[in-house]
Formats: sequence, structure tokens, C-alpha cells
Amino acid sequence: MKIAFTTSGESPEAPLDERFGRAPRFIVHDTDANTFETIDNRRSVEAAQGAGIQAAQTIVRAGVQALVTGHCGPKAFRVLTEAGVAVYNCGAATVSEALERFRAGTLEKASSADVDGHWA
Amino acid sequence: MILAVASGKGGTGKTTVAVNLARVMGTPVRLLDCDVEEPNAHLFLGGETRSRDIVSLPVPVVDESLCDACGECGRFCEFHAIVSLATKPLVFAELCHGCGGCLRVCPRGAIAERERRIGVVETIESNGITVIRGLLDVGVAMAPPLVRAVKARLAPGVPAIVDAPPGTSCPVIAAVRGADFVALVTEPTPFGLNDLALAVDMVRELDLPLGVVINRIGVGDERVHAFCREKGIPILLEIPDDRRIAEVYSRGGIVVDALPEYRAHFERLRDRVEGGGRPS
Repeated sequence: MKIAFTTSGESPEAPLDERFGRAPRFIVHDTDANTFETIDNRRSVEAAQGAGIQAAQTIVRAGVQALVTGHCGPKAFRVLTEAGVAVYNCGAATVSEALERFRAGTLEKASSADVDGHWA
Repeated sequence: MILAVASGKGGTGKTTVAVNLARVMGTPVRLLDCDVEEPNAHLFLGGETRSRDIVSLPVPVVDESLCDACGECGRFCEFHAIVSLATKPLVFAELCHGCGGCLRVCPRGAIAERERRIGVVETIESNGITVIRGLLDVGVAMAPPLVRAVKARLAPGVPAIVDAPPGTSCPVIAAVRGADFVALVTEPTPFGLNDLALAVDMVRELDLPLGVVINRIGVGDERVHAFCREKGIPILLEIPDDRRIAEVYSRGGIVVDALPEYRAHFERLRDRVEGGGRPS
């Protein structure tokens, strides 16, 4: 399966970004192939509105099944849920630390958005 | 003649200029309060409310029994107000600008429209000044369509003053577009200059003639004057930093009535604006 992590960096050692819609990049880990791929989210960062929705579309189109991020607002959560992407809120410092927690099964699947829109 | 009073920076005196100018017009005039998030021109003019119309936007409603999740609607909408990812579309009505594009591109006719209320337009009569004000509903973040609804009440042949929202974003452009002349109000401070430069770029992009009103002369520095000289922008009026003006304003009064010595200033401004900014 493919897991997406929000980040401002380029590698698994980079910080896990607290934001979803306006995170600079996503690191997508393919658990079967054991690969890491970076996806640019600049278009959403620069969007006047609807950044979360656009970022959610990017995630869905990348074939991701799980998203690990700091926080996720209501519109993005609705798009992700509708498309069958599981959302996990995580306070880990780095992407690799977040991946460890995901593998260890200590992350709980979110049942709703955990912040209002435009929280950051 | 349609004059737009605008300003990159908030709190520079747009409404003061708009209201006092309306007062010295000497003919029937329409004052369009397009600052729909906080319209306040009526507070100074008073008058009787003659009409109150609800303004709505058409937003999409999807008939899921007709939808085959082709995704055309979501690809069309640049505002992400409708999203379809191999699923039935999700509608985010609060993001919809009401263009009707999704309905037109849907190959299966699965999209209809419903009206979503965004605010009201009120018409107030006040001694020859017809104030038309838009009032955006609390929680709505979609000002341009309401600004356009206010401007739809321009009357042919009746001069109009448009009190624009502050800034240089979409609601301001909706307010200023179509004006015959734009008066940019600023103050002689670094903030005033920074936001004036942005506003000048915006108005020039719209290819409209413009002039500058400098309010609170005496605070700050000379850089706004230098900027106007350098850019060839006429300075239409300079209003001194007079505490009495602030006191009149704070009581909801009109400067040209309470302080008659300022009447000639605003009459000169009127004449210069009517002359397209040239010295009278």
C-alpha cells in the first residue's frame, strides 16, 4: 500500500509538516516496493482558497490509501474519506518517526477532521 | 459619471471622502457602499430604508442517479467547489462562485442549481443621496457577487460614487471595474505608500484614470508626494491631520456640514474628478 506523509523536506529524515493542505510536499512510501517518492504540493500552497481540497485530490490521484499528517481540516477530510483514504493524525517530529509509529500500529485512524479550516 | 473611491490600505478615509463628496454634489447622486463586509456610509447620512433585496448565488446540486462519476465537473471548477474523483461529486457550496460551468460541462445533465443566499442589498434615501449598500451575511466569504449586485443598481444618467472595500483583491476589482475615474485615498506614511503603490498597479492594470487624495497631512513624511510626482499621478486633495475631523467622524457627522471651511476642499475635489483629474 501507499502511505503519504506531509513534509517541508525531501527525504524520510525531513520534518513531518503539521499542515496538510498547505504542506510544501508529500513523501509517498510504497510498502510493497519499499520506495519513497516526493510529490510537490506547491499549487495548493499557492491557491487562494480550497488548498485542502486540491491537496486531497493530489493524494487520491497518487493512489495513496493512508495519509499521515499533523492536522486535517473538514473539507480535505471529506474528500479523502469519500475516496477511501484513511487519515492518521500524528505529532511525530520526522517522516521516518511517523512511519515507525504507523508500522508499530500506534496511530489511530481519525474519524473526523481534527481542526477547523484555515487553522494554521 | 461613476467615481470609485478606493484605497490599498484600510482606515485611510475612503468613506469620509465618499460621503462628503456625495454631500457637495449638488445634484441627485447614488452612493454605492461596496464595502460589503462592513458597510458604514449610511451611518453618516441617515435616511429611510426603501427596499431590501436578498442576493443569492446559484450553486450546484447533483442528481446522483444520473451521475456516472466521469469527473468533468471537478476538472472544470478552478475553485474546487465541486470535486469528483471516480466518485459521485462532492459539492462545497461555500466555495462556489455561481458561474454555472459544472452544469454546462456535465454530459449527463446530472447537475441542477439551487439558490444560496449570500447577503442583502438595501436602498436608503437621504436628502437627494440614494445610498445603496451591500451587506454580506455573517460567515459568507464570497463578496464579489454581492458587490456586483450593488453595482447593478447604478442608474443611467445619475452620477454615482462607489465606496470600495480596502485592499487590491477580487472584491475591490469588482467594485472599481467600470468606473470613469478612481480616487485612491492614502495617508503620508510608509504603510500608506506601500499600499498606495499596490493600488496604483491594480487601477493601471484595469486601465482606468486615477488620482490620489492624501489624508492626514502632517503625520508621516513626504514620500507619498514624491511617489505621485514620479509616477505622474495628480494629487486631487490634501486633507490636514485635523483633530476636529476625527471628532466629527467619531460622532457619525459629516465634515462639510460640521466644519464648513472644508466644504470648498471637497467642491474642488468634485470639480477635479468631473474633469478627469485635471487641475480646475
